[in-house]
Amino acid sequence: MGKKILLEHDHVPGIQGYEVYRNCGGYASVEKAIKTMSAEAMVEEVKKSGLRGRGGAGFPTGMKWSFLAKPEGVPRYLVCNADESEPGTFKDRYLMSRIPHILVEGMITSSFALGVNTAFIYIRGEYFYIVRILENAIKEAYANGWLGKNILGSGYDLDLYVQVGAGAYICGEETALLESLEGKRGNPRIKPPFPAIAGLYGCPTVVNNVETIASVPYIINNGGDDYAKIGIGRSAGTKLISASGHINKPGVYEIEMGITVEDFIYSEEYCGGIKNGKKLKAVVAGGSSVPVLPADKIINLPSGEKRLMTYESLSEGGFAGGTMLGSGGFIVMDETTSIVENLFTFARFYHHESCGQCSPCREGTSWMEKILHKIMDGHGTLADIDLLWEIQSKIEGNTICPLGDAAAWPVASAIRHFRHEFEAYVTNPNAVNKVRHYENMNA
Amino acid sequence: MEVKFNEEALAVAHKIIARYPEGKQKSALIPLLHLAQAEFNGWLSPETMAYVGSLLKIQAVEVYEVASFYSMFNLKPVGKCLIEVCRTSSCWLRGANEIIEHIEKKLGIKDGETTQDGMFSLKTVECLGSCGTAPMMMIGAQFHENLTYEKVDTILDSCKSEDKRKTYFDEVTVKDY
Repeated sequence: MGKKILLEHDHVPGIQGYEVYRNCGGYASVEKAIKTMSAEAMVEEVKKSGLRGRGGAGFPTGMKWSFLAKPEGVPRYLVCNADESEPGTFKDRYLMSRIPHILVEGMITSSFALGVNTAFIYIRGEYFYIVRILENAIKEAYANGWLGKNILGSGYDLDLYVQVGAGAYICGEETALLESLEGKRGNPRIKPPFPAIAGLYGCPTVVNNVETIASVPYIINNGGDDYAKIGIGRSAGTKLISASGHINKPGVYEIEMGITVEDFIYSEEYCGGIKNGKKLKAVVAGGSSVPVLPADKIINLPSGEKRLMTYESLSEGGFAGGTMLGSGGFIVMDETTSIVENLFTFARFYHHESCGQCSPCREGTSWMEKILHKIMDGHGTLADIDLLWEIQSKIEGNTICPLGDAAAWPVASAIRHFRHEFEAYVTNPNAVNKVRHYENMNA
Repeated sequence: MEVKFNEEALAVAHKIIARYPEGKQKSALIPLLHLAQAEFNGWLSPETMAYVGSLLKIQAVEVYEVASFYSMFNLKPVGKCLIEVCRTSSCWLRGANEIIEHIEKKLGIKDGETTQDGMFSLKTVECLGSCGTAPMMMIGAQFHENLTYEKVDTILDSCKSEDKRKTYFDEVTVKDY
């Protein structure tokens, strides 16, 4: 069993409530921070821990914190990004609904380190039922003196609010999230300035993912060096992986970074192998945006060694032969899966979610969806496959925010690794095996 | 019909507005639109949007600009029971298309339509973060997961007399800290 930090107490009955959470050592990090540590020392510990942003980008959290501007007399904000919308990703939902206090504790400890007096948890609108759970946890934290005025008699004040979105993937991009929090459309801002300088209401702001914030209490309690020892090299700590698709045991797993991909897919501790005894065909390892890899390439590195569940190992081989850890949305496809049809669901998704600000993304995502639809319908041509390639290459790198890249990479990787499938749809559409999926369900 | 929150809803609205710093009240727009949608039959009419604008002292068009951006805001009337079925990759891999077809057949409506009695609306949506329990649908604020045809039948039959549009109001209620 690997080390558990976030889900250590997941099995404890009543862990959703304050008393049980507190009895399991909850809120110790707030006490330690406020009573014994300076804000600077806390940022230093987070830097030492090697913790990287768990929302997908993997940017070092301590460094992000150290960029926060601190002009006199200007409020600073901490915003938790709970807009989890990357297809294949449901770890934040799991964590918030099971152990809401770990996020609340992380928000308080992190706010203290950043000198923040008002913090928000921005949660996607569809997670409405979790709003109730978080509001209850926050209420309990206020009632027990962890939030509000003069926390633990230190003179430190903090208010924490839950802000609800309303259905927009793009609001997971941090500047779009801030726009949305200001009551506007979720159009990403041009950077710089970065939120650390001009974020919410133009004030210095840190935006961190749920899992990132929830990792902070452990780091403060045990020290950055201790956290850095978990995992391998620059992939320090544990990671929540959302496993879905054709596996025996879909769900959220906390892994110590460094286990092999093969072990993650086939061991009983994690996914438990491919459903119905089928063979593995492909994996999208880090949420819909990252390149899809065929079975041999996800299990083995180009060198022949086993690929590991780390930021570095998953990206080994570059874009031609590797992928990314991303948000940890691990989608497994068995041998019956049509890569073309799966890609169509992604293309339709990105078309639906493009905010429309940049023309390469707005026009390109809709165009790619149309072409894929045409190919699936049996009316495609070989030239259409080249056109798809051309369009994705023109979107990548040419937009204000990373949604453009996120829409381009799945298309590029599907064509790169599975071109023969696209060609089969085009040259002999009647021979393409239209899979019925219902028989796979809940067997 | 005059659009106006009842006393209870208005109190919640004011509590939400009071969260934000002076001059930043527009931040309350999305929460208030959720509240309004729950209070006024599950959709945002031009009158409803104008009313929400008046509470925040902004123009109706500014409200529309935001309401039309977010997929959860319905700008047309919906049935008492809005069925939102996820169709993105992980759900598709585990049979979302078949679930959608089944619902369409059962209710005699297509994606985006409402039954004649105004009871059910069907809307296909993008990933709702329920990939490990796919296929899934959301009704009101409730997730229904690991769907089978039988499960869908049971859930829809049990919805027949309920108005699920208020569920959001229930969930959005702001606590006194």
